[in-house]
Amino acid sequence: MFSPDVMQITRFILAASLVCTLSPAHARQQPVIGLITKTETNPFFVKMREGATQAAKAKGAKLMTAAGRFDGDNASQVTAIENMVAAGAKAILITPSETKAIVPAIRKARAAGVLVIALDSPADPQDATDALFATDNFKAGLLIGQYARAVMAGRAAKIATLDLNPGVTVGRLRHDGFLRGYGITEGDRSIVCSADTQGDQAKGQTAMENCLQRAPDINVVYTINEPAAAGAYRALRAAGREKSVLIVSVDGGCAGVRNIKAGQLAATSQQYPLKMASLGVEAAVEYARSGKKLSGTIDTGVTLITDKPMKGVDSKDTAFGLDACWGQ
Amino acid sequence: MRAGVSSLPGPFVALLLACAFFASQSDRFLTGQNFSLILQQVVVVGVIAIGQTLVVLTAGIDLSCGMVMALGSIVMSKGAVDHGLGPGTAIACGMLATMAFGFLNGALITFVRLPPFIVTLGTLNIAFAITQIYSESRTVSGLPDMMVAMGDTFTVGSTAVTYGTVLMLALYVLVWFALRETAAGRHVYAAGNNAEAARLMGISTGRLILAVYTLAGLAYGIAALLAVARTGVGDPQSGQTDNLDSITAVVLGGTSLFGGRGVILGSLVGALIVGVFRNGLTLMGVASVYQILITGILVILAVAADQLARRRRLRV
Amino acid sequence: MTAPAPPSTPVLQARGLVKRYGHVTALDGADLDLLPGEILAVIGDNGAGKSTLVKALSGALVPDAGEIRLDGRAVRFDSPADARRQGIETVYQDLAVAPAMTIAENLFLGRELRRAGVPGSVFRLLDKKRMAAEAAAHMQSLQIGIASVRQPVESLSGGQRQGVAVARSAAFARHVVIMDEPTAALGVKESKMVLDLIRRVRDKGLPVLLVSHNMPHVFEVADRIHVARLGKRAAVVKPGEISMADAVAIMTGAATVEPPTGDAGG
Repeated sequence: MFSPDVMQITRFILAASLVCTLSPAHARQQPVIGLITKTETNPFFVKMREGATQAAKAKGAKLMTAAGRFDGDNASQVTAIENMVAAGAKAILITPSETKAIVPAIRKARAAGVLVIALDSPADPQDATDALFATDNFKAGLLIGQYARAVMAGRAAKIATLDLNPGVTVGRLRHDGFLRGYGITEGDRSIVCSADTQGDQAKGQTAMENCLQRAPDINVVYTINEPAAAGAYRALRAAGREKSVLIVSVDGGCAGVRNIKAGQLAATSQQYPLKMASLGVEAAVEYARSGKKLSGTIDTGVTLITDKPMKGVDSKDTAFGLDACWGQ
Repeated sequence: MRAGVSSLPGPFVALLLACAFFASQSDRFLTGQNFSLILQQVVVVGVIAIGQTLVVLTAGIDLSCGMVMALGSIVMSKGAVDHGLGPGTAIACGMLATMAFGFLNGALITFVRLPPFIVTLGTLNIAFAITQIYSESRTVSGLPDMMVAMGDTFTVGSTAVTYGTVLMLALYVLVWFALRETAAGRHVYAAGNNAEAARLMGISTGRLILAVYTLAGLAYGIAALLAVARTGVGDPQSGQTDNLDSITAVVLGGTSLFGGRGVILGSLVGALIVGVFRNGLTLMGVASVYQILITGILVILAVAADQLARRRRLRV
Repeated sequence: MTAPAPPSTPVLQARGLVKRYGHVTALDGADLDLLPGEILAVIGDNGAGKSTLVKALSGALVPDAGEIRLDGRAVRFDSPADARRQGIETVYQDLAVAPAMTIAENLFLGRELRRAGVPGSVFRLLDKKRMAAEAAAHMQSLQIGIASVRQPVESLSGGQRQGVAVARSAAFARHVVIMDEPTAALGVKESKMVLDLIRRVRDKGLPVLLVSHNMPHVFEVADRIHVARLGKRAAVVKPGEISMADAVAIMTGAATVEPPTGDAGG
């Protein structure tokens, strides 16, 4: 389209400006850190990103963000790590989609002197990252399992588990935690139905409808997250069973806590993405400024939220939950 | 297989066989209530598949359908809840938004002559981003009753049927009839089967394709209303797998991805096949991962059947 | 001795057509006369301008200069649809049929018949029965053997498919049928079928403008032969009065003939 000379000059100008913007001289005073989440859109990660952005601003750091396109998109996260390191990030916070597959990229970044902190779920092996700010998804499931057992008080249970997707770690941990908390193992006779929801409200509704068709007398429903729980509630209500079924969930988003208050959800294990993000940013900026590395595991905690507390299971009420919740 | 006729028996037989199988495995399968549930579960993808079928008949494809539907549901729900619009107005705004995206797809394909796959891949992301930004990734609840009216039920015998189910069935019959019995409908087939011939015969294929994508956008808007009625909320995370699910329904229903061949009722059958398997396998207590496996096998069988038929034709 | 036949007005006449593409002159003052009730074959070597000439006459392109007359009236074709509206139908080389659709549907493609009354005008519903009946009648009148007009076109043989395209043009043409290389893709037997078909179209009263590079076919079916060369009309000859070899010689310029005069006789 243009003459070869014009193309040459254009290319030179582009290359020169690229070099200038990437030059570390630009970001001399301002520490650069990166945050890589599993997906762009899950409200959990949206909140995490918000928390990180706020914390970075407060500390005068420049935050780069990236995400995979879907749960399990390892390739995008690897690319993001490489790009951020090349762009001069001193520390990277990451929620790994694939806990094993991401390790080589993390090792390369650390070898280049970058601090890498895992958020929410650990890499595999855990010490592949410098540190971990986790939420214990197994414990989250455990708490609601214990709660459910306390509520049922020895009555025969017909349990439905509305899970995430085959093979995703978070889903597996919460599910296993719930079973352990309830005191049963996989394949127990009281589990009358298991269906996948992809954490989606409409799919949660469909899964609950089909489970009810299989076992109309289900009385306990474990759900992977609060959107799935909302869908399950709707299906139960359409079947006229919403008052006789115990629904429990994990997340602690504000919408979910409001559902507890409205009586549509019995209990939820609340997690703290904002806390993970801001603690992570603090540690990252500290390293960028002083070279002091953080190591080890910090559990940002899980709290059982319910308005009907049970003996033997610690919980807080919805007032606390609404105060500490994330999302809107 | 001529355009508009005999591709239907295959999928329909497959559906009947599946039903027969699941009926033998669980005595809860063959009840009115269970079937009503299955219909309710396929209503959203079913209506999206109407738009997708129209697009595929013109030898195009629409990857943006699910995200556009989600955008529509957010526009109508936020319109009613946050902006105080009357439910009818809010619903109309949602449908206008989805039709606008359909028009955008059609215009880029027709006037800028970009391939449908690429265009709708782009608008998929644009629609998604707009939805997240506008909704701040938050679900919208507290919708007025009229907006969720399609989720209300009436009884047929002892079974509860939703108005949304009836709307979906009525839309299928309407579009099926129009494709068979109007000139515009036949032109859709011609444009997909041999666009050059259609043009030489004086059919303005550009306008036709623009209209098809815009109508598909309208279908996604109606699907948005049905999604809102089913779940009771405007969910910005909805619709993410609906593009592939609607294409699955179209393919299982016997419509050729090369355009110009297929019956729209087939897409309803295709959507029902997926719904029946999902319901039946849950009734049997089979793990969800097998639903995914079986759906994949069915899709390959359906495409293989289409390809075999194609090769047989070319040898004639 | 019989009196010489009075000169008849050409159905389609072109005078001085010019068409340039950049530095290339495809038509350099080309003339053409198509008489009523005749099959006029247009032959010419590659680059002789025969396809450009035919495109100008079928409305596929607009010449830069020159005049076209239809039944003596000066006309202008802005598009193939425009030419069709003025009564000129073209059978394209690739047939322009939708293979998955039926014979009846293809025959009426773009010109579908609607039902009477409200169903037709308000709901725009098709009158499929009438289209099937008329399609069958058209195919019958040209003696094209098919089992049913509800068959998809792709189930037909090459010759039958050509028949559908020809029947479509013959059904709607009011003045001229133009055929572009009708026997190019056909075997011996089917070519003969199509040549018979072309004669039947002429016998129905529609003059045929036939473009072909197949000399034996041209000599078998044409009433007159228009030889195009270097963007002009080099000669008009009759198959009975000249040998194939001489015709080819005129085409390639190895031999020349007195250019025909402006009037149509001859």
